[in-house]
Amino acid sequence: MRRQLPLALPSGRIILISIPFLWFVFFLFIPFAIVFKISFSEIATAIPPYTKLLSTINDTIQLTLSLGNYIFLFTDSLYATAYLNSIKIAFFSTLLCLLIGYPMAYAIARTESPTRNLLLMLVVLPSWTSFLIRVYAWIGILKNNGLLNNLLLSLGIINEPLQLLHTNFSVYLGIVYAYLPFMILPLYANLVKLDYSLLDAASDLGARPWKSFLTITLPLSLAGIISGSMLVFIPVVGEFVIPDLLGGPDTLMIGKVLWQEFFNNRDWPVASAVAVIMLLLLIVPILLFNRHQNKQLQG
Amino acid sequence: MKAPSRSLMTLLTFGYAFLYIPIIILVIYSFNESKLVTVWSQFSTVWYEELLQDDQLLTAAWTSLRIAFFTATAAVGLGTVAGLVMTRFGRFQGKTFFSALITAPLVMPEVITGLSLLLLFVAMDDMLGFPHGRGMFTIWVAHVTLTTAYVTVIITTRLRELDNTIEDAALDLGATPVKVFFVITLPIIAPALISGWLLAFTLSIDDLVIASFVAGPGSTTLPMVIYSSVRLGVSPKINALASIIIGIITLLAVVTTFVMLRVERQRKKEMEQAIMAANAQM
Repeated sequence: MRRQLPLALPSGRIILISIPFLWFVFFLFIPFAIVFKISFSEIATAIPPYTKLLSTINDTIQLTLSLGNYIFLFTDSLYATAYLNSIKIAFFSTLLCLLIGYPMAYAIARTESPTRNLLLMLVVLPSWTSFLIRVYAWIGILKNNGLLNNLLLSLGIINEPLQLLHTNFSVYLGIVYAYLPFMILPLYANLVKLDYSLLDAASDLGARPWKSFLTITLPLSLAGIISGSMLVFIPVVGEFVIPDLLGGPDTLMIGKVLWQEFFNNRDWPVASAVAVIMLLLLIVPILLFNRHQNKQLQG
Repeated sequence: MKAPSRSLMTLLTFGYAFLYIPIIILVIYSFNESKLVTVWSQFSTVWYEELLQDDQLLTAAWTSLRIAFFTATAAVGLGTVAGLVMTRFGRFQGKTFFSALITAPLVMPEVITGLSLLLLFVAMDDMLGFPHGRGMFTIWVAHVTLTTAYVTVIITTRLRELDNTIEDAALDLGATPVKVFFVITLPIIAPALISGWLLAFTLSIDDLVIASFVAGPGSTTLPMVIYSSVRLGVSPKINALASIIIGIITLLAVVTTFVMLRVERQRKKEMEQAIMAANAQM
């Protein structure tokens, strides 16, 4: 038997649990609570630039909650448009990533081992290279006097340069390009574990490839589809770099709006309210992702 | 098992072309002498030479490297503990909340993470007088929070795959949990620790959005310099810098994959030998 430690001392187990627990409560949970709190204050010319919720007037503590930021967000159509546009762009780019990524993940999962590792590494490698640089790479290609326009001009396909950069097209292209590996990896992890003898059995029994795909492969890889889609959809809704560098004046995305409220207008309370609404919109997909991820983590 | 069909392989080839052509073009044009990024004049390394004389850029690179190093190291430590908590500690009160907190940064939009951490630091400074101002320390805290989530997932996956009968056997034979961890668990999860460290390092050195929120005046990181230069337009100097980063990362990835495959094979061989020896004795 192991000797019991005196009860007054916290056991090693509790200490070990509390180290990461406290870190995340302090640096993830409490910060969200502060964002929530500041979204109810007002902009002020002070350091920090917002009014305090609690104040003492004539020795009584007063709580002032201002709903002004939220009313502002609901009355100015810019914000509603930006939210809807972000969700639309995130939805369609997730769909595009899925349509491109699924066959790729499937093909990788079905190759033999040494080639498979190489192919997998080739998918991961770009995502390890700087995100910013990968987005930047497209600017030189899509510019009006860029490589793609030069190529099309010299081939005689077009007579004058196409406006490719700073359009919705370039935003979609950039997002699909940057997020494709995040779709392929979970799909691959799922498809590689699939029992392919089921497919052989189905084809022996006369099922057409399409039918066995729809009735066997697709349902069994649903877990991979969900986690891949969430890994793309959720961050893309709040994406800043891609709409900022590749988007045009009419590509309104909420991540960029938040950035501008914070850095250009220095309106911290409105930026906080923008973040709170964004979180509320994303709470269902985030919970879905969490439940899913935890099922896998906890076995 | 049937090999993938030809049309599937064609699709795969197109997919890889899509992933790699922009990067390859970027690297090629970093050796272009012309200042116009899209018109080829002749081969030259002038942009690399200019890069080495850009003090602002070199300072930022050095800042980023230091932050990334300390971030990765702390994230692996914190992530290992979190991974053990997730897999070896059974149930405890608040476990669901704990795992929800840990996986949240994986998908949380960066603007939200950045803004919320900045507001925390400002509130702390206001109430506690610490951390006074913002700089490398606040970026480090933010990056550790972000990257630990990724490291924890890698380590947890590894710990779950791991057969814990060896650990149980050692515990039954009287080894202390601490000893079991250092002698058995740690060597087996070492490859996961290495990949976790590298992933945390690249995530940290790559981050623009979160760092922009929590950075102070004296702590400009490399992505922040690249971003402000990219906003002004395409410049062959950025191509040169990008090529260097791509080169280093490719080299690192190839070397570690190679080393890890060898370590893995070696470990499997040793395990098989140990099991065979044990069977022979019975």
